[in-house]
Amino acid sequence: MIAFDRVSKRYPEGHEALTEVSFRIESDEMVFLTGHSGAGKSTLLKLIMLMERPSRGQVIVNGQTLNAMRSGRIPQLRRQIGVVFQNHQLLFDRSVFDNVALPLMISGYTPRETGRRVRAALDKVGLLAREKAMPVTLSGGEQQRVGIARAVVNKPTLLLADEPTGNLDPGLSAEIMTLFEQFNQVGVTVLIASHDLPLISRLHHRILTLRQGRLIAQGGSGA
Amino acid sequence: MSLGVGGARQTRTSVVDRLRSWRGHHAHSARDSLTRLLRHPLTSLMTWLVIGIALALPVGLNVALSNARSVSVNWDSPAQISLFLRAEVSVEAADVLAKRIEQRDDVLAVRMVGREQALDEFRQLSGFGDVLANLEGNPLPNLLLVTPMSDAMGGAEMGLLRAALEGQAGVDRAVLDMEWVQRLNALVALSQRSVATLGLTLALGVLLVIGNTIRLAIENRRQEILVVKLVGGSDAFVRRPFLYTGFWYGLGGAIVAWIVVGLALWFLRGPLSALALLYQSDFALRGLGAAGSLGLLSAGAILGLLGAWLAVTRHLGEIQPR
Repeated sequence: MIAFDRVSKRYPEGHEALTEVSFRIESDEMVFLTGHSGAGKSTLLKLIMLMERPSRGQVIVNGQTLNAMRSGRIPQLRRQIGVVFQNHQLLFDRSVFDNVALPLMISGYTPRETGRRVRAALDKVGLLAREKAMPVTLSGGEQQRVGIARAVVNKPTLLLADEPTGNLDPGLSAEIMTLFEQFNQVGVTVLIASHDLPLISRLHHRILTLRQGRLIAQGGSGA
Repeated sequence: MSLGVGGARQTRTSVVDRLRSWRGHHAHSARDSLTRLLRHPLTSLMTWLVIGIALALPVGLNVALSNARSVSVNWDSPAQISLFLRAEVSVEAADVLAKRIEQRDDVLAVRMVGREQALDEFRQLSGFGDVLANLEGNPLPNLLLVTPMSDAMGGAEMGLLRAALEGQAGVDRAVLDMEWVQRLNALVALSQRSVATLGLTLALGVLLVIGNTIRLAIENRRQEILVVKLVGGSDAFVRRPFLYTGFWYGLGGAIVAWIVVGLALWFLRGPLSALALLYQSDFALRGLGAAGSLGLLSAGAILGLLGAWLAVTRHLGEIQPR
């Protein structure tokens, strides 16, 4: 599903964010990616989405080698991946419904099918009643759940999350993680970058640990 | 309601659905970009006015020129040489001279306008009837209108013929009537070139105005572009609303130009037909016409699209999720 083979990423200004990173994540797996800020977690996620390209090594996602992928094919790759951001990346000039519907509009669904799927996704994150609300009227936790609904509405095979609980209190964080586990149980591969070690070590999934750009552990569940 | 997220089951949409949704997104982009423009009517109106005035100037001048050309075409009859005879030459002598000139190989026909006839015509056309009535005697000479053999005679040959005719006894002056028509035509050609240059310059200006406006629109929707790219929007998808915005700017500007030119023509119509009446002409000012209007609107829309395209290709690539 995701395979990194001796991947290094050096930014043009000379900073080496990742060094010789190799790992595999199988389909249906749920994996945490942890490390201090600056350890290379975001860079690793960006390589999977082709927001960055590796300097050396090979990245394979869903059987496609990303190194040689033309820019014109990137949108198609991203449509197979749902992404949840720490800062939600919602559009504040449109309703919750329209935010969640965005990936479907891009993929070309009929309005009827779009309505059905958006409501199903909002129902799943418990925000069905707020579909007409504007994002600015929602709490931080609700905004994050809208972001999650948008990430899963297109039924991606792969779900990435970058510090999805970064700004949330422990109770809400646990709820969000439970939500990710539910998606994983129906077959979605999930990769979550988080530095909230106490939370993720309770959840018994594989943890990849990065330190200064090197993968220092990719063992079983928790420390 | 259950979500039923299918894990490895990648959902596909049929080709027909895709086509329908592609069309749907076009319609949506067109509607949405127009709505956005109308949401800020004053700002949009300013842009439309700038584009409209820039378009109206060359279009209006072009209309004026094509009217001028239609006038000169009416006068573009075979060149004539007017022979003004000396005052002492009598009508009978003029007649003899006319017959002799008509014998020449390079002359097709000669028509005599007697001095009395000329005075009559002048009295009718000039409106100076009362003044002329007070004149003692007729100040006009007899006139021979010489039509050369061939229209295709070059300027040099015409000049030779004119000189030869001026050398005839009894001829005071020979005037090539062609000259002022040629001058007018040259002037019209020059003006056309100037208008074309002006038009190109202003079209470039319109392109830049639209390009810059679209650049601002792109900047204002930066966040949206980033998110759309992150969730897999193609370049075409991102580009589309901005191209439509450019289209609406161009089309709106062209409509403004059309109204401005129409108003200007309406404003000129009265005085011009009065002037034409004085010249005994049935000249009527011609407007843009259906084809011209359509051309103007298309040109505006195309300029808008082009300007937007330039801005979009230049600035959209810079906005990449990081």
